[in-house]
Amino acid sequence: MIPAAFDYQRSATLDDALKAIADGGGTVKLLAGGQSLLPLLKLRLGSADRLVDIGRLGELKGVRRLPDGRLAIGAMTTYSELAASSARHYGVVADALPTIGDVQVRNRGTVGGAVAHADPASDLAACFLALDAEIVARSVRGERTIPVDGFFTGPFSTALATDELITEVRLPGPRDDAGSAYASLEQPASGYAMVGAAVVVFVAGDGSIEGANVALTGVGPHPYRARAVEAALAGSDRSAASLAAAAAHATDGIDVVGDIHAGREYRTAMAAVYTRRAIEAALARLG
Amino acid sequence: MAIDMLGSPVKRTEDPRFITGKGRYLDDIKLQNMAHMAILRSPYAHANIRSIDTSAAARMPGVIRVITGADIPYNPLPMAWPAGGSSGIQNNVNTPRALATDSVKWTGEGVAAVIAETPEQAVDALDAIVVDWAPLPAVVDAEKATQPGAPQLHENAPNNVVFVWNVGDKAGTDAAIDAAEVVVRQRIVNQRLIPNPMEVRGDIGWYNPGTEEYTVWMSSQTPHIQRLLLTAFVTGIPEHKVRCISPDVGGAFGTKIFCYADMALVMFASKAIGGRPVKWVESRRESYGSTIHGRDHITYLEIAGARDGQVTGLRVKTYANLGGRLSTIGPGIPTTLYGRVLAGPYKFPNVSCEVTGVYTNTTFVDAYRGAGRPEATYVVERAMDLFAAEIGMDPAEVRRRNFLAPDQFPYDNPSGLGTAVNGEKIFIDSGNYEPAMDKALATVGYADMAAKKAEAKARGKLLGVGLSTYIEVCGVAPSKWIGAVGEGWGAAMWESANIKVHLTGKIIATVGTQPQGQGHETTYAQVIAHELGVPMEDVIVQHSDTQGTPFGYGSYGSRTSSVGMTAAVKAAAKVREKARRYAAHMLEANVEDIEVDGASYRVKGSPDKVKTIQEIAFAIDLGFSLPPDMEPYLDETAYHDTTNCTWPFGTHVAVVEIDEESGKVDLVRYVAVDDVGKKINPMIVDGQLHGGIAQGVGQALWEGAIYGDDGQLQSGSLLDYALPRASWLPNLELDETVTPSPVNPLGVKGVGEAGAIASTAAVANAVVDALRPLGIRHLDMPYTAQTVWRAIQGSKGGQA
Ligand SMILES: Cc1cc2nc3c(=O)[nH]c(=O)nc-3n(C[C@H](O)[C@H](O)[C@H](O)COP(=O)(O)OP(=O)(O)OC[C@H]3O[C@@H](n4cnc5c(N)ncnc54)[C@H](O)[C@@H]3O)c2cc1C
Repeated sequence: MIPAAFDYQRSATLDDALKAIADGGGTVKLLAGGQSLLPLLKLRLGSADRLVDIGRLGELKGVRRLPDGRLAIGAMTTYSELAASSARHYGVVADALPTIGDVQVRNRGTVGGAVAHADPASDLAACFLALDAEIVARSVRGERTIPVDGFFTGPFSTALATDELITEVRLPGPRDDAGSAYASLEQPASGYAMVGAAVVVFVAGDGSIEGANVALTGVGPHPYRARAVEAALAGSDRSAASLAAAAAHATDGIDVVGDIHAGREYRTAMAAVYTRRAIEAALARLG
Repeated sequence: MAIDMLGSPVKRTEDPRFITGKGRYLDDIKLQNMAHMAILRSPYAHANIRSIDTSAAARMPGVIRVITGADIPYNPLPMAWPAGGSSGIQNNVNTPRALATDSVKWTGEGVAAVIAETPEQAVDALDAIVVDWAPLPAVVDAEKATQPGAPQLHENAPNNVVFVWNVGDKAGTDAAIDAAEVVVRQRIVNQRLIPNPMEVRGDIGWYNPGTEEYTVWMSSQTPHIQRLLLTAFVTGIPEHKVRCISPDVGGAFGTKIFCYADMALVMFASKAIGGRPVKWVESRRESYGSTIHGRDHITYLEIAGARDGQVTGLRVKTYANLGGRLSTIGPGIPTTLYGRVLAGPYKFPNVSCEVTGVYTNTTFVDAYRGAGRPEATYVVERAMDLFAAEIGMDPAEVRRRNFLAPDQFPYDNPSGLGTAVNGEKIFIDSGNYEPAMDKALATVGYADMAAKKAEAKARGKLLGVGLSTYIEVCGVAPSKWIGAVGEGWGAAMWESANIKVHLTGKIIATVGTQPQGQGHETTYAQVIAHELGVPMEDVIVQHSDTQGTPFGYGSYGSRTSSVGMTAAVKAAAKVREKARRYAAHMLEANVEDIEVDGASYRVKGSPDKVKTIQEIAFAIDLGFSLPPDMEPYLDETAYHDTTNCTWPFGTHVAVVEIDEESGKVDLVRYVAVDDVGKKINPMIVDGQLHGGIAQGVGQALWEGAIYGDDGQLQSGSLLDYALPRASWLPNLELDETVTPSPVNPLGVKGVGEAGAIASTAAVANAVVDALRPLGIRHLDMPYTAQTVWRAIQGSKGGQA
């Protein structure tokens, strides 16, 4: 597995990196944890003239609480660092992280890389969708904030422009009336989700479901919010039948993918099963 | 007195170097002035080559030479084990060349090679080679390949048939089936596996222009055999002009037994560029097309019997997929090593088996851990369960009623084990099957399974329990039997060992076998130290280099302990005998009066008249005062040809739980009671069982090579080919019975393959047991969540 030759440059400052991708016009790629990019280059499924390593940019690392209670996760925060941060208090994140790759992947792979790479089966992408995260992108032209819903536009493609770099991902502050969970069925060889369901439920004082954010990964061309499930859950009771009926809408309007591991029919059925399981687990977290 | 370590779980002496990264594998070898080779592989499963233009590649940076098949005058690789016994069955043989010339038969067959200064430059230049392909239709399924209208691979193999081989009593079995009270029929698939040793294969060829000799480093289980095959059959270079060296080998599972095109290619390449060493190492992805696969049988089985549980006949028809061309012993695996052991541990009055070897546009297939025996075990163990389900009897009880009894040995089974070949018969020499099964059933709590199933059902899980009561043949084989034309691989199967006790009393043993991670350096040392009464650390075991080790056939088929170590025992006996003679000379006594007690050689009745083996070695090796009839040096070689194979057996029990909603299967318990005879090192035995069981479970639950109809390998990397992981396995509960093998002085049988042979069928039977309440009586592996889910859905639609 030998990649085609490329140049390598390590950025000393964020501005260096932004300039490099602005000048590069798409043939320059940012190198974060390298856990997706390097395998692609080695398999010669992707190519780059130059890699710009942003691994030493301290300002992109770490998790901090914003004054309004939101959580800002630096793009270069690794999965392992995330698991040790206060983000672990989001049940959905705590559930998903241990299912991602193996220890080595989690020690190298980054939050920014996961979001930018936009693997159709990315676990974290589903979590961020369910948490209504925001993505902060910067370029030499300035900074903008992109809601995660709508950020993923297709397999390995996003709303990010080629000159933009993700600096952080922001999560809403924790809520006492919310419970969340992630449930997935993994493809045994790769460990990626064939179906992954991330759920945040909001419960009213009487115990009924006020609303829910439900996101799926591994099922469609990109991770998505399952609006029909959310609509069915809003105001629903918590009976097994109601939850299953809501979860049955997990793939409404989605062009479900099929491959040698899980055909369309199986993925569709499992999307409903794992969505229901994630809803149940999220509710169970609320007691 | 040295502490005797024979039978102790001593830690492996090779592990510190392996664990700390100090092993020296093929790719660790870096020779001065070494060039690197990359091989262009066919992107098509089936195509003719109209032309190859290498001119642009030759001009790429760092490129020294580009080679195509037309440049190489070598013969095709040898086919060393045709199917058919001495009965003259026709084998339509096609084997690979160093590089394909006119056509390719599978994706991954090599068509050109680039030799460059660096591996990167060699790989880059591959892209610049222009091949004018004429793609042809492909066929990947062995049964379909034999049918009219299928794409034809080879002119000399009509309907893609390599051979049709029969064994057993056809007429008797037909009659038994016609007369039977109950007959169960089932088509079962033993899917293709990709072996995936941790270390991929590679070679370095070096032609020394000064001596006109070649050295070939190879990640191989069989350096002596490769020298023989590469010289006598492929290159025409005289055997004594070639030296083969296997450095540390990081796993093989059979894949490294064979003669591969790349071995000949690095030899040719080194000479072609004036004698610079040339290295080639396959990538994992490349390995899936350049190194053999395993299994891939489609079988129609019929089992006959009576409602009282007695089985009366087993009739089997198998299509064995051998790939696009034949690997070194491809045809031998689904014939001798499969058909002849199909009866398992049971007293089937009648067995008959027909195997059709088939060419398809897939990677070639040869011996993979167990080699034929896992396939046979899978057939007979599924057959026993199908029969039990049909007559409504517990599968353990059906087995009990049909086991060979301990007094029925030596046993000549009806699938022709005892058929005289070259005047030589082999028999199942020993066994005692019921106690092993009883022990396993007691451990797993077999009697409580109904309650466990009910409890699991309440949790939404289907629980199943499955047995595999296997036998296995290892320590293959008496040379006369295996070496008979066609039955074996046209070669002998003895082993060799040389033991030298050096001046300082330190011992170097050189052996003809070849470890791949099994810990032979430890176990041979345990045996030799025991035989000579010396501390283990005084014995070093060397192997793997045709220069400096006696000729041996290498390690596979679980033969090293029973055949190779017996040679070591014999060499040690010769050492003792010479030492005894010299002790008599030193102590001025008669040889008959010298008693050997560990390392001490003393005169009977005079305890103070004693010499140690170290003192004796010092004196003999110096040779200052030898008696006239004695040569200097305490140095003896022995060759051992076994009189029979060895016959491990046992019972494995798997318990699975299936998530009814998703179809996901969890292996929740695994109990194995194995009888592998005496154990030289029980820790190593356990390790072999752990790994073998994991591999067999892998086949049942996760692994499988998947080809598209166009012959493209869709499970073409570890992202799509699922190997078992430690965390997916329960604690393996191992136990034993010990029936020493009567055929060798150590009483050992062999354990390298037993786990893989037994476990697949146990898990398969457990999964089907779990699904049986839904009306499902058989399901083909691997039992991925989707496969099981589909079966469950199908059963709901009433179409099991
Ligand atoms: C063995 C293995 C198993 C895996 N299993 C899983 C799994 O189960 N689930 C799962 O979700 N993922 C899995 N992954 C993928 C893993 O999560 C990747 O690490 C992650 O998707 C990418 O993060 P990275 O930091 O490694 O990014 P890199 O590989 O460095 O980069 C990926 C892409 O994102 C771009 N990029 C990186 N950072 C930024 C940024 N800040 N701004 C803009 N663009 C950026 C890069 O230019 C590149 O195009 C696995 C990977 C491996 C190797």
